[in-house]
Amino acid sequence: MAATIDQIFVIFANWVGGFFPAAWHAAVVDVLGVIGIVSVFPALFALTTVLERKGLGRMQNRLGPNRVGPAGFLQPVADGIKSLTKEDVVPFTANGIMHFLAPLVLVVTVFMGFAVLPVGRHMQLVDMDAGLLFFFAMGAATELSVFMAGWSSHNKYSILGAMRAIAQMISYEVPMLLSAVAVVMIVGSLSLPDIVSMQDQYSGVWPHWFIFTPWGFAAFLIFAIAATSESNRSPFDLPEGESEIVAGYHTEYSGFKFALFFLGEYLAMFALSGLGVTLFLGGWAAPFSFLSFIPSWIWFFAKVMLSIAVFIWLRGTFPRLRQDQLMNFAWKFVLPMALLDLVVTGIWRFLGPGWQQWVVCSLILIAAYVVMGRTAFAVKHFGPRRYRYAE
Amino acid sequence: MLGEGLLKGLAETARNFVGSYVSKERLTTVEYPDERIPTAENARVFPFLVYDGSDWQAGMRCVACQICEKECPPKCIYIEKSKDKKPDYVGKQQFYPTRFDIDISVCMSCQICVEVCPFEAIKMDTQFELATYDRFGGLLMDREQLSRSNEYYHNIHPTEASEVDAHLAEEKVKVEAKAAAAAPAAAKPPAAAPAAKPEAATSAAAAPKAALAMPTPEAEASAAKPAALEEAPPAGGKD
Repeated sequence: MAATIDQIFVIFANWVGGFFPAAWHAAVVDVLGVIGIVSVFPALFALTTVLERKGLGRMQNRLGPNRVGPAGFLQPVADGIKSLTKEDVVPFTANGIMHFLAPLVLVVTVFMGFAVLPVGRHMQLVDMDAGLLFFFAMGAATELSVFMAGWSSHNKYSILGAMRAIAQMISYEVPMLLSAVAVVMIVGSLSLPDIVSMQDQYSGVWPHWFIFTPWGFAAFLIFAIAATSESNRSPFDLPEGESEIVAGYHTEYSGFKFALFFLGEYLAMFALSGLGVTLFLGGWAAPFSFLSFIPSWIWFFAKVMLSIAVFIWLRGTFPRLRQDQLMNFAWKFVLPMALLDLVVTGIWRFLGPGWQQWVVCSLILIAAYVVMGRTAFAVKHFGPRRYRYAE
Repeated sequence: MLGEGLLKGLAETARNFVGSYVSKERLTTVEYPDERIPTAENARVFPFLVYDGSDWQAGMRCVACQICEKECPPKCIYIEKSKDKKPDYVGKQQFYPTRFDIDISVCMSCQICVEVCPFEAIKMDTQFELATYDRFGGLLMDREQLSRSNEYYHNIHPTEASEVDAHLAEEKVKVEAKAAAAAPAAAKPPAAAPAAKPEAATSAAAAPKAALAMPTPEAEASAAKPAALEEAPPAGGKD
């Protein structure tokens, strides 16, 4: 019975596919999968916007939206109607085609990333051998849309925001990839279902998630930092810093095109949360062996929502970084740590099971963290200011 | 430099988040149109005119001395003095305003009119929801709109209103004592009451001329004046 509920969507898709000729069967199942992705994640987006606003409000000692519908939960409907009925302004000097295409490219590429994400046992649209690679390729394509938006708007703030976004995304994409490589080194596969099934094992009741290893914990933190930056979330929301550059690359977007950017940003956050869950938090695996009767897709979405809650928590807490702090952090701290983590992962692999690998790997990582934290972010004390040319 | 500050910050926001569900201190929002906090006793918004008793025209304390009009810094008060007279709270014959307008779009809530008024006739209101669709007519308050009973004044500023009433009662006692002292000398105690009657008659005749805005209530008020004359002084003294 539990297995049936676990696979209920797969069974349903195959049942619907059974009504079609055998040659069409696979295509119909795929279309149903696409419909699932295209409906579930935007619904999650609508829910997240209202939860985020309410959560942020609570963190700032105020109530969030509570006027539209029961407890304000119909706010996204009102927002959707508003953005649909607003005028779609295109600047006179803008490159019309690119300006039109940019939000579409963003949303399409982000949706493509969901194709390889296993949202439950046997529940991924495409079981690709190089799934991780495909995901990162699609993630990198969002940078294209951001630059398209910034360039085609023909606006100083847009282009500044786009430049910032590109610099930030490329800087943080490197450590993100490297932290994922650590997982690939252990699993020996780029296929996301393989990565999850490797973590779907238990010692007693305890799961074999990669976050519970020293290298996995470090890689997870690096991945989380890089993912926050990749999805342009606070404290790394420089590309759209309102106080500095109006709204960054989507300054010149209004109405539904802006809504698409907003949607794309949140979908990217879900996709990265899903990938982080898949790589380090056991994907759709239950946290304890005795909880395995709960369907796998519930576990996946529960973990994704938890990580989104952490995103919201971070946004409610931290102020925006400065551009130089952002870059210093990426290249002087996160990237070296990611490289070191690769070495540590190798050590872990070759020391083999036993207490030695835990002690050695933990010590290396903690020592590196303390030393780099103390040196790279030591506050520089400037002496008294000297005026060389005055007097 | 190892991220302890970040954790401290996260702990603070988490405390806010959880605390907002349990403690009132962490969620101070008052959902204004649905719930309100009572206005502070010293709150002041725009001036109003105090009247004693139940009839705003008969009991109006204002004697149209126009001091407030002259003192008002933004000049938002406009007063027209009556031709006839009506008795005030001690029974003394006084002028009254046939027009008393305050443009609250000009008023700056400085309370100078209240401070200069020797008759305790103008006080500050706490009513602040005065938005209107009509910028000119809607924000120009005439004397009827400005009139509020002494009970209302007691409701919004209890301490101040009691002080004012005590002061007025004291004045009244003084006046009565003086009248009592003067009475044997004059030897005509009931002179004041009959004297008022011809006054009321002339005012009834003058009313349609003086107050074009509302002749009917004016005439009614004038007709009711002898009755108000008997009622007004005790009402002023009791409060």
